[in-house]
Amino acid sequence: MSATEWETVIGLEIHAQLATRSKIFSGSATSYGAQPNAHANLVDLGYPGVLPVLNAEAVRMAVKLGLAIDARIARTSVFARKNYFYPDLPKGYQISQYELPIVAGGALEIILEDGSRKRIAITRAHLEEDAGKSLHEGLPGVSGIDLNRAGTPLIEIVSEPQMRSAKEAVAYMKKVHTLVRYLEICDGNMQEGSFRCDANVSVRKTGAQEFGTRAEIKNLNSFRYVEKAILYEVSRQVELLESGGKVVQETRLYDADKGETRSMRSKEEANDYRYFPDPDLLPVMLTDEFIEEIRRGLPELPDEKARRLESDYALSAYDALVLTSSRELAAYYEEVAHAVPGEPKLAANWVMGELAASLNKESLDIGESPISSATLAALLRRIADQTISGKIAKEVFEAMWAGGGEADAIIEAKGLRQITDSAAIERVIDEVMAKNPAQLADYRSGKDKLFGFFVGQVMKATGGKANPAELNRLLKRKLAG
Amino acid sequence: MSLYKQTLAELAAGLRARKFSSVELTQHFLARIDAHAGALNAFITVTHDSALESARTADARLASGRAGALTGVPFAHKDIFCTAGVRTTCGSRMLDQFVSPYDATVVAKLKDAGTVMLGKTNMDEFAMGSSSETSYYGPVKNPWNTALVPGGSSGGSAAAVAARLIPAATATDTGGSIRQPAALCGVTGLKPTYGRVSRYGMIAFASSLDQGGVIAASALDAALMLTAMAGFDPRDSTSVDTPVPDYAALLDKPLTGMRVGIVKEFFDAGLDAQNAHCIREALAIYSKLGATMKDVSLPNLPLSVPTYYVVAPAECSSNLARYDGVRFGHRCSAPRDLADLYRRSRGEGFGAEVKRRVMTGTYVLSAGYYDAYYLKAQKVRQLIAKDFHDAFAKVDMLMGPTTPTPAFAIGAKMADPITMYLNDIYTIGANLAGLPAISIPCGFVTGLPVGLQLVGPHFAESALLNAAHAYQRETDWHRRIPAGAA
Repeated sequence: MSATEWETVIGLEIHAQLATRSKIFSGSATSYGAQPNAHANLVDLGYPGVLPVLNAEAVRMAVKLGLAIDARIARTSVFARKNYFYPDLPKGYQISQYELPIVAGGALEIILEDGSRKRIAITRAHLEEDAGKSLHEGLPGVSGIDLNRAGTPLIEIVSEPQMRSAKEAVAYMKKVHTLVRYLEICDGNMQEGSFRCDANVSVRKTGAQEFGTRAEIKNLNSFRYVEKAILYEVSRQVELLESGGKVVQETRLYDADKGETRSMRSKEEANDYRYFPDPDLLPVMLTDEFIEEIRRGLPELPDEKARRLESDYALSAYDALVLTSSRELAAYYEEVAHAVPGEPKLAANWVMGELAASLNKESLDIGESPISSATLAALLRRIADQTISGKIAKEVFEAMWAGGGEADAIIEAKGLRQITDSAAIERVIDEVMAKNPAQLADYRSGKDKLFGFFVGQVMKATGGKANPAELNRLLKRKLAG
Repeated sequence: MSLYKQTLAELAAGLRARKFSSVELTQHFLARIDAHAGALNAFITVTHDSALESARTADARLASGRAGALTGVPFAHKDIFCTAGVRTTCGSRMLDQFVSPYDATVVAKLKDAGTVMLGKTNMDEFAMGSSSETSYYGPVKNPWNTALVPGGSSGGSAAAVAARLIPAATATDTGGSIRQPAALCGVTGLKPTYGRVSRYGMIAFASSLDQGGVIAASALDAALMLTAMAGFDPRDSTSVDTPVPDYAALLDKPLTGMRVGIVKEFFDAGLDAQNAHCIREALAIYSKLGATMKDVSLPNLPLSVPTYYVVAPAECSSNLARYDGVRFGHRCSAPRDLADLYRRSRGEGFGAEVKRRVMTGTYVLSAGYYDAYYLKAQKVRQLIAKDFHDAFAKVDMLMGPTTPTPAFAIGAKMADPITMYLNDIYTIGANLAGLPAISIPCGFVTGLPVGLQLVGPHFAESALLNAAHAYQRETDWHRRIPAGAA
């Protein structure tokens, strides 16, 4: 296959579980991990005679999202029934929005690693209830049904097919993930399925106007899976087309273990959902006042915050994007930057470097960091005032991470204070030169590369504490003789 | 003892005056229910024990002076209302063994009012029918002639009240299911405004049309029951937050100056001539009472039956999807797989009329047919509602026949659904427009009762009950009791 001949076209349908306390149409709790069916009341079970009542908080959250993506908020939206039979769908229909969604026509801007920006249009976002789960494990011969998730509020965010690579799709999904957490409308927990997506993937000859036939890959619940599933699907489709085959419109599942997608059902087998307005629910009518009140309560959004960080702290667009990937991370960064005046780039490097790597290694969130922003800032101040070098700082950081206390105490206890005293450094240089006459002679006869050798020896002798800049300056002079 | 001949209002007064106890009254009516069970088949379940227990509680309340207007009064629920701990079948094999874990709002409200439920009345399966013949529990008989149908779907409630097995019963009306059986059984049947009475716990047939109401012996009795049943319910988003007046206290207002619209389309070729004669005589009484008559037209009304038979089946096809054999309701034995479980559970659990409507509804909502059927029907529905709206700009209420003919023979229309459906031709309009309407007895044709229908604007229950009550003070049709009931 020749990659340049084919263009990938991707659209995502992201399902974000709204962080309401109760379900979208019943008073049951939405908490994850309870005993099966502990959070399923008569409404969730679809008992004869019960009726849904809309959770106003879910509506507020949907409006928040709509405002944050600069979309139109429908003054009238309508819930519809999507009819199909499935054991984990007790009513035999899912309440969703169809013709009149609450949010329509927004957009988000993504920034790729190379710093380029791209606007992804969002067709619509609608409210709906989640279905339950069928359980098969540990139940030989039978299927269990857990309806705890049935009726959990979801917002489905549907993009236009404007992404042209798996990387763009991941960047977009991350952007939405960041946004919903900023807005505090979704906890973003992908393992628990609070944030997941269906990817519509097709390919076409580069330059073609018409879209190719798409396959929909269902239920991708990690950024990595999204990327891998799309890459697999694109190569599958290209191979198929290049060998004279045809892509069929179908729903596919991604098998993470095998790293491949496989067919679930074709369009011909697809249900006719027989959507119609749910007569049990009135149209949702929103006033301008209601919407404006929500607008006033919006937090600083990721794009705004990133722009502010770029200008306030002279950061690159990409650094600002990474640091604003969550409200907590951005707040942490700003606390550090404020506490180490004049060193915003140093703060950025440490937060995105050592700290992020350590958190990542132990799968911790920034909120769970064993090193507080104030503690990290105290360390960085010692770099800034040259008490310690950056290299020594990493050692101090490791001690802090392991629970060793504040930077100053560690520096004192381990005697890590940097040697900036020229006389002291010169003494060590003299010793090193005396011990290595052969190398000194070689250096002086033109082997410049041996400079590093002498730096290493001095550092070794000082336990790494010699101020690097001062050492360089003095060593050059001394070696020159 | 002829307690059964008294109206609910009279019985309530007698209880408060301690002329008899609620236990005595309950035993009296339980005995009548048992005695007529075979002849009428009006009840699916009779709750002897819990009724007597409720009656004892009511007597204690009556003795302590904390009694309300309905404390100790016996009544029955249509078996479409969910009653905690008491089987709720909806007239279907599907729910033959279904015991609801909760009370419908209407059930809870009537409990709170101190009423005594004696049982659950028979009905067309899932309220789909106009003759009470589609019940899994066999047809209900008309007390005026047991070879005839009582109407439907609330035929059990209407027959039970007509035979005075009970002073009043709850009922539901989706296309005429309160008014048509009330008319055919010679009793008073009130379908309130859509949203006036909570639908929570009322097993859904067609959600945008279903409305709970009451069948009683008189307008006053219906007023007493409605006061206890009506009101906003936070569990039903379509219920309306409008204060509930004491309907009974608002009766006895003069009708002078009331403008009555005579709907041209109600007097069509399908209307039996003798029925029409009874209606004309009733209208003459209204004229005598001071009402002025005005001819009005609802030009789109003739489209109401086809419109209804798109909208109602569409909603029912979805509402009845929950009966899948998984969690509650009938489950077939030894299903081979999921599809087999669905197919046989539903195939065995539902009767022919329910299946017909589920299939019709599934069809009209299908891709490619939705616009031509469902969407078009909703548009026509708007036109019909507008016709009513325009008429109410000119008149205070509309009057006409409730049904084209008196009761027909059991079995006569079962083979021909269209003929059956046309029995609701005068009643369906009010459901499509969400309007309140009442049917009251206004005479007899060959020994069979005829019903006069009054239709009012939204939330005009008070005016309808007042007009019905005024008529009932001038006439005694509503006091006639079938010979077999004695």
